[in-house]
Amino acid sequence: MLVKEVAEKLNLKLFSAPQGLEREVKGGYVSDLLSDVMGHAKEGQVWITLQTHKNIMAVATLKDLAAVILVKGFEPEADTLEASVSEGIPVLGSNLEAFELSGELFNMLK
Amino acid sequence: MIKADLHIHTVLSPCGDTEMTPAFIIKRAKECGLGIVGITDHNSTLQCLETKRIGEREGVFVLCGAEITTKEEVHVLAFVEDEEKLKKLQSYLCEHLPKIPNNVDFFGYQLVVNENEEVLEEERYLLINAINQTIEQVEQFVHSLGGIFIPAHIDKRQNSLLSQLGFFPPGLQVDAIEISGKTDLKEFISQNNYLKRFNFIKSSDAHIREDFGGTYSEFNIETPSFSAIKEALNSKIIKA
Repeated sequence: MLVKEVAEKLNLKLFSAPQGLEREVKGGYVSDLLSDVMGHAKEGQVWITLQTHKNIMAVATLKDLAAVILVKGFEPEADTLEASVSEGIPVLGSNLEAFELSGELFNMLK
Repeated sequence: MIKADLHIHTVLSPCGDTEMTPAFIIKRAKECGLGIVGITDHNSTLQCLETKRIGEREGVFVLCGAEITTKEEVHVLAFVEDEEKLKKLQSYLCEHLPKIPNNVDFFGYQLVVNENEEVLEEERYLLINAINQTIEQVEQFVHSLGGIFIPAHIDKRQNSLLSQLGFFPPGLQVDAIEISGKTDLKEFISQNNYLKRFNFIKSSDAHIREDFGGTYSEFNIETPSFSAIKEALNSKIIKA
């Protein structure tokens, strides 16, 4: 499944990097500790978090994640958006909480 | 060399023991030969001035500040020079702290006390929450007041810059970095080589009396003052 399809089905808001919508989604990871994501997320996963700091894009790049989804209506900081654009990894947003969003994504990908 | 412990909680922090009063902290600092103490309650500066007043009389230099929890839940130490700036820092914290009432049974009391251990004030809102400001916004605010900004216990697996943000964000301006008392600094730097350009301090992060007194950094300065401490933190004349 592509990021684009996930975004459509989950009704996500695209904040940045539309060129990354064609990236393939191989799974998901949910965590708000960046050190944990650096240690445990896998390439191609979408990352569900409430962290909006610019370091999330560095972690997403390092781990080659498909996209970052912010929960609960959170919005990225300005420098986070800049990094998303330059790395080509989209930042998406949902009004759902992480539990609900993860549940829906899990069902879509299983 | 002057011994300094820049990370001490008082009875104002919900997790701070009721014995951690301003009078006790100054008395114990003298007993342990600490010339400088930093008062750093969670997201509040309200216990600083009374401690400073007692410290001035007893010959212990008190740095006034707080341990701020940023939006990313990173703990950082912030200090400012005088009463006017401390008021500004306090207003900033009040403005950005979520208004969630403290549950005394669960978290403990949040009290401002005087030298005679009379309660002057009880903080209603839970102080251990994160304020709604990013680590960069906090850093810029503290430095706009000419203050000192130090990421706290950077090696810890909870509420540290490294646990929350993975690595040191480029562009963040710090006066020094704190590591936990029990951590070996050389080993830490060998694992995080890119941090070796920073100055490190060690502090107690004491919440209970037993933890206070044995952990400190040494400052190679003649007379303690805010500017001398800030300058020392930014040069290589401290020993963690």
